[in-house]
Amino acid sequence: MIDSQTRNLTLWNLSVAFVAFVVACFLGFYQVVERSGLFEFLKSERLYFTSVSTHGVLMAFVLTTFFIMGFGYYTAVTSLKRPVWKPALAWAGFGLTLLGTVMAAIPLVAGKASVLYTFYPPIQASPWFYIGAALLVVGSWVWCAIMVIMAVQWKKDNPGQPLPLAMYATTANALLWLWTSAGVAMEVVFQLIPWSLGWMDAIDPGLSRTLFAWTLHPIVYFWLLPAYTALYCFVPRAAGGYLFSDEMARFAFLGLLVFSLPIGFHHLYMDPEQGSGWKLLHGVGTFLVTVPTLVTGFTVLASMEIAGRLRGGKGLFGWIGALPWSNPMVLAAILAFLMLILGGFGGIINASYALNAMIHNTAWVPGHFHLIFAGTTIIMYFAITYHLWPRLTGKALYSNNLALVQLWTWFVGMTMLSTPWHVLGLLGQPRRISEVTYNSLLTLAWQPYELFMIMGGAVLLGSAILFAYLLIKSLGSTVAASDLEPAYAEPIHAPRDLPGWVENIKLWNVVIGALMLLSFGYPILQFFFLKTYDSIPWGY
Amino acid sequence: MHIDPLEKKWLYITFGMVGLFLGAIFISALISGIHPPSNVETIDSARLHLSEEFAEDNLGVKIQSDGSIRVTMVAGRYGFFPRHITLPADTTITFRWASIDVLHGVHMPMTNMSTMVVPGYVAEVTTEFPKPGDYPMLCNEYCGTGHDFMWSKVTVVDKQTWERQHPSSKGDES
Ligand code: HEM
Ligand SMILES: [Cu+2]
Ligand SMILES: [Cu+2]
Repeated sequence: MIDSQTRNLTLWNLSVAFVAFVVACFLGFYQVVERSGLFEFLKSERLYFTSVSTHGVLMAFVLTTFFIMGFGYYTAVTSLKRPVWKPALAWAGFGLTLLGTVMAAIPLVAGKASVLYTFYPPIQASPWFYIGAALLVVGSWVWCAIMVIMAVQWKKDNPGQPLPLAMYATTANALLWLWTSAGVAMEVVFQLIPWSLGWMDAIDPGLSRTLFAWTLHPIVYFWLLPAYTALYCFVPRAAGGYLFSDEMARFAFLGLLVFSLPIGFHHLYMDPEQGSGWKLLHGVGTFLVTVPTLVTGFTVLASMEIAGRLRGGKGLFGWIGALPWSNPMVLAAILAFLMLILGGFGGIINASYALNAMIHNTAWVPGHFHLIFAGTTIIMYFAITYHLWPRLTGKALYSNNLALVQLWTWFVGMTMLSTPWHVLGLLGQPRRISEVTYNSLLTLAWQPYELFMIMGGAVLLGSAILFAYLLIKSLGSTVAASDLEPAYAEPIHAPRDLPGWVENIKLWNVVIGALMLLSFGYPILQFFFLKTYDSIPWGY
Repeated sequence: MHIDPLEKKWLYITFGMVGLFLGAIFISALISGIHPPSNVETIDSARLHLSEEFAEDNLGVKIQSDGSIRVTMVAGRYGFFPRHITLPADTTITFRWASIDVLHGVHMPMTNMSTMVVPGYVAEVTTEFPKPGDYPMLCNEYCGTGHDFMWSKVTVVDKQTWERQHPSSKGDES
């Protein structure tokens, strides 16, 4: 069993993540009910936007950041087989992230920061919200630093050895997050905080949107990489087989690190403040970054097929039936895959330079990211947690069957929620509305879909409560966990003669820096030589 | 290093697919000239009333000398002004937008008239409407608690009807 320091760090980080998650799921359910317009007495724009802002921040920033930090400490310690570097610092980082979360949560819940999780100016929130958000990010940088330092120290002590794959992925994610968060950090520190404190009268929303777009795309890979880590490092072994290729996995993580960063303008396709050439450039990058995901799809499926055949599966598809569907890790991987395939189709449409106009800011968009983020990513977070919980607490999971029920219901609920959401988008419904007031025949076609979404939301809320129940119930379990050892998958071919550049952190930072300069340099600089007009703050 | 022959094949397929998608995008962009709204043009959103183009009296639908149509509109909490416009089908129409306050997004469902309206910048979209009918024009970016109520109306009439109503629109300058 791993040392108690690491266990506590991971447990605390995961617990904060899941408290945020469960609270936010209640808000999510309220939102689908409110926006349907079926319940007159619930109608309140003020409450709705307070709720969506809180739900978005809790899910996108709090759940993810704490989960990733907790999982990262576990991965580093178990894969490198050494203790956390400077645990006191790790706790300080945790404390800072938590402090930031609380500072941002108070104005959010009080309705003083109903600016949604994207907080686009010139609508202004309480300064506490921006300061809290900044502290949350700075706290997570402490985690990044610890991950990178542990990897570098291990390399020094094991010359010529490749990093264990799980740590390779975690280090890539730490570097990715440092680069990713720089955009929003610049926006918050140089624009939003001074402006909300009244030190600056006005700021340029065009510049803000550009800096936010810097963060907005790679952040989804920051959320997704732990899920991929589990797909590569846990799933093949849980399925009873081997990882098809350790080396391709490294290239996939490297590709995601480098190419997810310089492409954020696909979020600005419909914006007037950036020229079309830059948008096209980022659009090309957006399609290139599908390559590592398609590679991941191949490697993970191949690994599962090997496992299925080792278990006696025959024929073209027989191996699928032979997989251990009753293993939560394997089940989650299969369901995550199904949602990833559907979400991938949608993503291609969003990413398309011309097609984007059709679905931009429609209900299609939350439909898409609930499917792929709340679906694919979060279902893997559940599986990782079921895998870690016994190893952290020393107690067996309360019920494997309930865990399977929880994963299935999450999948079914997410399908029921996000499918009608996509359709609503195609029927023209905008995102982020609390009710339908448009006096148009078009809106009659929207109603049945709203009803379906409520049912999906109810199933999801039930699933989230079941998840929390299982974890809490397991804490009181009297059965000791049978296997406390970490369970990383073995590759078919151990990585051999990996060229040095694969693990050269300095080199990759330089490459990323150059790509960022190329794709964001001029688009950011232009705001300093164009004659721009800044915006004063507005309420909401 | 070890790359399996199957992996190699899959990589070729992957790059083939990406190439296909990018090919389609480049054809639509460079040959058909389809681009998202991207004119980098600034304006003082606090003084729109003093600008020539976006002053209240100059808003609305204007017929250009080449027969094309220009629509100048202002987005502000909570509406698009003028609140109701009528446009011809099958005609090239250029919309020009400015915000008087915060960030808005404007979309006419079932058409590709879509753009963000960012304060400080002029947004421009050129498009055509093939189908006559009544269209809502909706705000699709959160702009405050009245965001739900931010919409206006567009009526698209067939080209003959429009030309009868606007004798000056036949292309020749009148
Ligand atoms: C019980 C399950 C859930 C339900 C019923 C639900 C429902 C909703 C609804 C109705 C909205 C408002 C969208 C709008 O007004 O356009 C929303 C927003 C959002 N949801 Fe969820 N959600 C759930 C779970 C999740 C999860 C697990 C995540 C991610 C981990 C997530 C991430 C988000 C984000 C980031 C937003 C903000 C979107 C925005 O500001 O436009 N949700 N959700
Ligand atoms: Cu993106
Ligand atoms: Cu709006």
